[in-house]
Amino acid sequence: MRFGVLQFPGSCDDRDALAACGRVGDARMVWHEESDLDGIDVVVVPGGFSYGDYLRAGAIARFAPAMQAVARHAEAGGPVLGICNGFQVLCESHLLPGALLTNESLRFACRQVDVLVESGNTAFTRECGAGERLSIPVKHQTGRYFAAPEDLDALESRGGVVLRYAPGHNPNGSMRDIAGIANEAGNVVGLMPHPEHAVDPLTGSDDGLRLFESAVAHVTGAAREPVTA
Amino acid sequence: MRAKVLIRPKEGILDPQGKAVEGALPALGFDGVSHVRVGRLVELDTDDPDRLEELCEKLLANPLIEDYEIEVTK
Repeated sequence: MRFGVLQFPGSCDDRDALAACGRVGDARMVWHEESDLDGIDVVVVPGGFSYGDYLRAGAIARFAPAMQAVARHAEAGGPVLGICNGFQVLCESHLLPGALLTNESLRFACRQVDVLVESGNTAFTRECGAGERLSIPVKHQTGRYFAAPEDLDALESRGGVVLRYAPGHNPNGSMRDIAGIANEAGNVVGLMPHPEHAVDPLTGSDDGLRLFESAVAHVTGAAREPVTA
Repeated sequence: MRAKVLIRPKEGILDPQGKAVEGALPALGFDGVSHVRVGRLVELDTDDPDRLEELCEKLLANPLIEDYEIEVTK
């Protein structure tokens, strides 16, 4: 069971993501010019500022050879997790609906937040119970989730909202407190908080590990834990 | 051919950058300025102006959140 962590010029959370994946499985970096994901079961698109975030965050990374390979991987049902800038890249790539806009405050938000697991039916939350509260840090200036109201309704009704900021914890003005979403099949998930920075109690929380453990369970087909509300 | 592409946040989408600019104006003595929206301008040369719209849809603008106008100058 192997993770592949994408590495764009300007990525900065790639090493933490690699370390987080390494706690639960094998992991290697995937340089942005690679177009072969053979042997990789789970893709992580990490945080940072891919290609300097020029034009719009994530807009240019979409055209990287590695992202074309990720699109094929996702199409075939392979799990893909986009964190922060990775979430922006997945939205720009149309692997996830919606867009991330500048924080309402215009400020860079860097703090620990609580998020509530809304859906355990994804490759990255299957080991979480619905309603489970996770403490994970955010650090971004372009994290305000936006979609047209009718698209938000569709997203909600199909259970596509995976994580929501706990009441009072929305750091960016995201619509309906959305912190993370999934595609229809549940194999592609994007979120603004950084689970890879919450894998050791030393740094305040290891709740982020739940997402990586879920991916392992998803790939290895481990029996799903009973969901407790 | 020379072209200009003007990209701006869609009507109705909160533009905090515009709000920040608007909020700074009274302190500088500019009263009565409202509805400030901040966008961006891309200038380029192209051999194939017929494909500019596709170029905008695919890269220069995100049609979900931004409107764009193309002006071919000469």
